[in-house]
Amino acid sequence: MADCILETRNLGISFGGLNAVQNVNIKINKGQIYGLIGPNGAGKTTIFNLITGVYKPTTGTFFIDGKEIKGYSQEKINHLGVARTFQNIRLFNNMTVVRNVMVGLHNSPDYKCTVIESILRLPRHFKVEKTMREKAKELLRIFDLENERNFLACNLPYGKQRKLEIARALATNPKILLLDEPAAGMNPQETAELMDTIRFVRDNFNVTVFLIEHDMKLVAGICEELTVLNFGTELAHGTPQMVLNDPRVITAYLGD
Amino acid sequence: MIGKFKIKHYINYIVISIVAVIFSVISLSGGQIDNSTLFLLEKMTISIILAVSLSLVVGFLGELSLGHAGFMCVGAYIGGKVASLLEESLGNGILTFIISLTAGAGIAALCGIIIGIPALRLRGDYLAIVTLAFGEIVRSIFQNTSAESFGGAIGLSTPRFDKKYLFIIAFVLVLATLAVLQNLIRSKHGRAITSIRDNEIAAHATGINVTKYKLLAFTLSAMFAGVAGVLYSFSNYTVQSAKFGYNYSIEILVMVVLGGMGNINGSIIAAALITFLNTKLATILTGDLAVLQNLFYALILVFIVIYNNAPKLKGFRDKYNLASFFKNIFKHKTDPSIVTDDAAKWDVVPTKITMDEILSVDITTNDNGQSDEGGKSDG
Repeated sequence: MADCILETRNLGISFGGLNAVQNVNIKINKGQIYGLIGPNGAGKTTIFNLITGVYKPTTGTFFIDGKEIKGYSQEKINHLGVARTFQNIRLFNNMTVVRNVMVGLHNSPDYKCTVIESILRLPRHFKVEKTMREKAKELLRIFDLENERNFLACNLPYGKQRKLEIARALATNPKILLLDEPAAGMNPQETAELMDTIRFVRDNFNVTVFLIEHDMKLVAGICEELTVLNFGTELAHGTPQMVLNDPRVITAYLGD
Repeated sequence: MIGKFKIKHYINYIVISIVAVIFSVISLSGGQIDNSTLFLLEKMTISIILAVSLSLVVGFLGELSLGHAGFMCVGAYIGGKVASLLEESLGNGILTFIISLTAGAGIAALCGIIIGIPALRLRGDYLAIVTLAFGEIVRSIFQNTSAESFGGAIGLSTPRFDKKYLFIIAFVLVLATLAVLQNLIRSKHGRAITSIRDNEIAAHATGINVTKYKLLAFTLSAMFAGVAGVLYSFSNYTVQSAKFGYNYSIEILVMVVLGGMGNINGSIIAAALITFLNTKLATILTGDLAVLQNLFYALILVFIVIYNNAPKLKGFRDKYNLASFFKNIFKHKTDPSIVTDDAAKWDVVPTKITMDEILSVDITTNDNGQSDEGGKSDG
């Protein structure tokens, strides 16, 4: 159990009478790249919202790094080591690229500085600001965004906005990174780059990656394990080769 | 280590200090400043404090608050009352002022917390309605107090403070307000507040304690509205609840919006300008013409808004604005061959594309020949 970073047990949520997600059991080991696929409306993003605390589960429970999560706020779950990106990019559009990443670094214990210290401009404020900016630049360098660091986030091209969102999520120093359709709207070349980026992030930041994706090339290329959802329930589970050749999965995607 | 000192970042302190020093030198050396000018200066400083503090909530936190006059009302009544209680024992000096300032600002901040905790669960229009209601409730509470406690409908009379010095104190308070709010905004905490404005859902997911920062911004804003209230009670001799109606809240909001959301210097200029206009209109248009005051005020506001936003006036604005005016003074020639970095101005959309640009478009083909849709197979 020690190497299990995220485990859901009979996780489910219903909105009114609609059972959006039911009895989902996912077990993700440390350092894995785990995929979650399924047709539109299968409940994939709902599972992400459950794990990040946007929704509270109506049935079942889940564990992060062996700790049961019950009634935690989104902030607290983030502090426990869960960071995410969004299906429709959500950046801080009117802030510069480097500041977006600095917001991600906000809660890091290395950059503690109280409001009073900031208002009175005590030495700690300047030290924290400087080291935060350096750290943010370092992260941007990894994602090849350093030259754009003073642009407003909304002025970045689409692919770079995606990268920035991942950089901001990584700035919170997560144990597990949830990526919601990272390759949406990307061309094949960008997707190939993204696959390299995801592998690089997993290897160098010591994080587990849990991703939702429709691009089967990406899923088959980097995921080590897959869960297929259909109508809120688990349809299949296993390695990509096993799952993608499963007749039930093909039926769910393409119909009879 | 202190980072690069940029004069641009401190220009507002410098301008306000210069104005304050000029007037205090004239005033203290026995020069001719009539009381109405001093009164106008006090009114302007009060407006500036109000506008800058509201700007924190509206411009940086991104929440609409229509109860700013309510917090000012609390500060004015509490500060005025404390001052009149202390007048006998402590006299009419700076000590009385400081104690009443602390009391007024403190109680206003407390109101900010009490209102903030339930209200900040609401969003957008709903928060605006709750704050609007708060302002009206506070006003009618003070209006219906007994004559001995807070003066009731007649108003609370406050001690007279030497006009020669009050405006200097007011300017110091403006600088203090600016220092606190600007230092907050230009720190990691300010970044957290701005991130909530830009995208609250993402701020949650990035681990920002949204409730804490909303409450902090709301409380600080209420506190400085209280400071403005105390200043008002010292400047006016009587505090009447009718002053703090929702019209006044809207007027403060107009200052913030006119100055540009999230632009402190803009708020300062707009606050000074609107107060100046209002006061001048009130002195020029008297008697039968008094009814025209609001008309002219509204017309000027409409003109400013249209002038600043109309796309057709863009060329005119670029030609005749203050920034280029100052640039032309300091820099006699502008060399058209110097091209500034285009990347810095991404929002400028080219309207005319030349043949060269079309020919220089770089089209690359994918070697692997696979289309984007190949991998996607949504049921």
